[in-house]
This record gives sequence, C-alpha cells and structure tokens, in this order.
Amino acid sequence: MLDKNGIAKRIAKEVKDGMYINLGIGIPTLVANYIPDNLNVVLQSENGLLGIGPFPTEDKVDPDLINAGKQTITMMPGSALFSSAESFAMIRGGHIHLTILGAMEVSENGDIANWKVPGKMVKGMGGAMDLVASANNIIVAMQHCSKDGASKLLPTCTLPITGIKCVKKIVTDLAVLDVLPQGGFKLLERAPGVSVEQIKNATAGKLLIEGEIPEMSI
Amino acid sequence: MINKVVANADEAIRDITDNVTLMLGGFGLSGIPENCIQALLRKGVKGLTCISNNAGVDDFGIGLLLKTRQVKKMISSYVGENAEFERQLLSGELEVDLIPQGTLAERIRAGGAGIPAFFTPAGYGTEVAEGKEVREFHGKMYLMEHWLRADFSLVKAWKGDTAGNLVFRGTSRNFNPMMAAAGKVTIAEVEELVPLGELDPNLVHTPGIYVQRIFEGKNYEKRIEQRTITKI
Repeated sequence: MLDKNGIAKRIAKEVKDGMYINLGIGIPTLVANYIPDNLNVVLQSENGLLGIGPFPTEDKVDPDLINAGKQTITMMPGSALFSSAESFAMIRGGHIHLTILGAMEVSENGDIANWKVPGKMVKGMGGAMDLVASANNIIVAMQHCSKDGASKLLPTCTLPITGIKCVKKIVTDLAVLDVLPQGGFKLLERAPGVSVEQIKNATAGKLLIEGEIPEMSI
Repeated sequence: MINKVVANADEAIRDITDNVTLMLGGFGLSGIPENCIQALLRKGVKGLTCISNNAGVDDFGIGLLLKTRQVKKMISSYVGENAEFERQLLSGELEVDLIPQGTLAERIRAGGAGIPAFFTPAGYGTEVAEGKEVREFHGKMYLMEHWLRADFSLVKAWKGDTAGNLVFRGTSRNFNPMMAAAGKVTIAEVEELVPLGELDPNLVHTPGIYVQRIFEGKNYEKRIEQRTITKI
C-alpha cells in the first residue's frame, strides 16, 4: 500500500520532458517533489504563473508570490506572470499537457466529483471545473476508499460532479488504473504488497483485469 | 494627459453608495485593495454585491465587510477560509453565487471587452449548467455564460502613474486587470504612484484608459494566508 508520498512518486513517473503541468491541491502538489531533475517541465499556477519553484526560505517569502493553494512560493528562472483570464485561456485552449487532481469519487466513465458534499459547507469549485472540462490528460490522485471504507471508484458518482468523462488515469494507494473510453477501470499495476483480490474488493465500478498485473516500481 | 489622481481611498470611493455592485481584485489576500476596503468600512455603505474570486478571511480583506454586514451578495469561485462567511451563508443572510474560476475570470474579461456572452466547456454536465444554454461545437458541449460588469471596480497594483497606467507585481496581478476594464468607474490603489514618463510603456500591464481614479495607498499589510517555507 502506498502513502500520500508514494502516490505522488508513482504519478511523477507519468511526467515527460517538455510538459507544462497543472498540479492541484493536496497529493498532486507533492508530485513536484519527485519529478526527476533531468526532465525540463514547467508548473502552472492558475492564479497567474508559469514556472512554480520550491517553497521559499524564510528570507525569500513574498506576499506577492503565491500558488493556487495560497502558499508562498518562488519562481524558476524563465518564469512568466499573467492574469487569471490569460491563465484559464491557457487551460481551456488545451496548452497544458498534464493535469493532476485530487478527487472524492471517480466513475467508470471518467466523471469526477471533487468539489461539494451535500450537507457540508460549500466552499466553491475554484478552478477545478475549468481544468477538468478542458484538459486532455487528467490523472487523479486519491485514496482508493474513503475513511469509512467505501470505494471511491464507482459505477456512477453519488456526489455532485465536477466534470464528465474526463479522467484518463487514476493512481491510488492500492493501484494504477486507466479509465477506458468505452467505460470501466482497467487495472494496470498493483501497489507493493497489494493483491488483485484486494483491489477487486475495493473497486465498486467495473474493473477489467487482463493477464498478470505487475507490482508497480517506484 | 488626464490627471486621475485623488488624495486617498476616502476621496476615491466618495460616490459609492448602498446597493451597488463592486468588483474587488485579488486572489486570496494577494493583490487586494486594502485601502479601499478600509474606506468602505469607514463609509459604512450597505447592501453591496461583491464580485471577487475569494471572500477574504475573518479579520482581513472582504471578511472585514462581511463582519459589519455590508455585503448582501458574493459572486466568487472559492470562499473557504472564512467562518463568519459560513455563518451568514447558512443563516440565509448572505447570498452567494459560486462560479468556476476560469468562467469568472472570462466573464469579467468579457464585460470589459464588450462581449455580452461566450461559450465555455467548464461546468457542462454539472449543476453549474442548470438553466444555461448548451451548444455543441466541433463535437464538444459548451455552456453560454454572460459578461459581468460593475458599478465600481477596486483594483490594486504595484506601481501606477498619474494617467492611470498600472504595473502589477508577481501573482498579485490575478483578477485586477480584467476588473479594471469591467468597472464603470475603476479606482486603482497603488503602492507607488509615479509621475508621467516613469513607467516604461513597453511594460504597462493595464493601460490608463480603464482607470478613472488613482491614489497611492498607505500601510499595506499584505497578509499571507499560507506561509509555506523550505527549511534549510
């Protein structure tokens, strides 16, 4: 089973040289820590920056430099700053190569729910709906099951959805799965020490298993 | 050049009255019009509709205007960090319209650019689409969204000149440029007000045509919501 950093580490293997990437809040933010140094990638912050660098040291903290999670950040050499309108033009225009998001539920046809839980205070969707409606390549980072043990990979989402038919790949604490265009979760890899049986039991949506499922290497 | 300089925030907002629609720049607490918010508190205008990506925190930003019950309605994309906001929302005292962030940014941009409506894929198939015109383009579904405009836009820049030209710093630019264009009257507060000729025209972010009033703000706190550091 993977912890949060393990999930981030596995997702980092999906990153290719030359990609412009948007990382969501939570586990996705951790992915930045595991992108190999030999890859040249640019991280977008949707408030208006291409080229997110590491968190600043105490003496470099700048209130005019924050990421979409409102955390203080630095800029990489070669960064560009712009308005939020331009930022979402980049997103809708399909210029971002990879989008990594957290989710509360994903359905077997690729619908994602990650913004609202009925009965709880609604904080808003922020940029999530724009990202999922526009990105061609969305990877979801999440736990396979909720805290009370319910599967988060479902036939259909039960929570209000953020976008439809958009998730391409899911990396959880148990497995790596593709969401097939015709519907269904295709099991690609098992987390270290996790059996196919465990993954079956934790997946409520349609699960496709073909041949031997390798254990992931991270 | 037309001189747009006013003495301070109180003079700048002199004709803001009850029940107007305001746009307030900023993302989180970065790039918010701190001086104008203080002046609105002093003036005590009520029934405000505030268009702003966020709603501040309990004791700063728009949160201050929520505490004094000056805000009737918020139009935002994310309002998470504010307990008083939550209380007023749950008790029905405050109306809230939540809009996807990119749609909010583009609706404001469209308002300033004279585009009454446009189509975006954001929110298709979700509750955001309820009651909206849906149209297919090149095999993909889009929602029609309308422009947003305001009676007054309150923006914050790093530097500005007496003609209203603005330069922003870092990610504090965010919603400020689009809001500057979408306000009937746009009030810019800047950290440094410079004479004509000081700003390099090549590097102006917001041309002065969008700005009706400008002043040099005082005592910027520039609070940080999530101070995150690398320990060495």
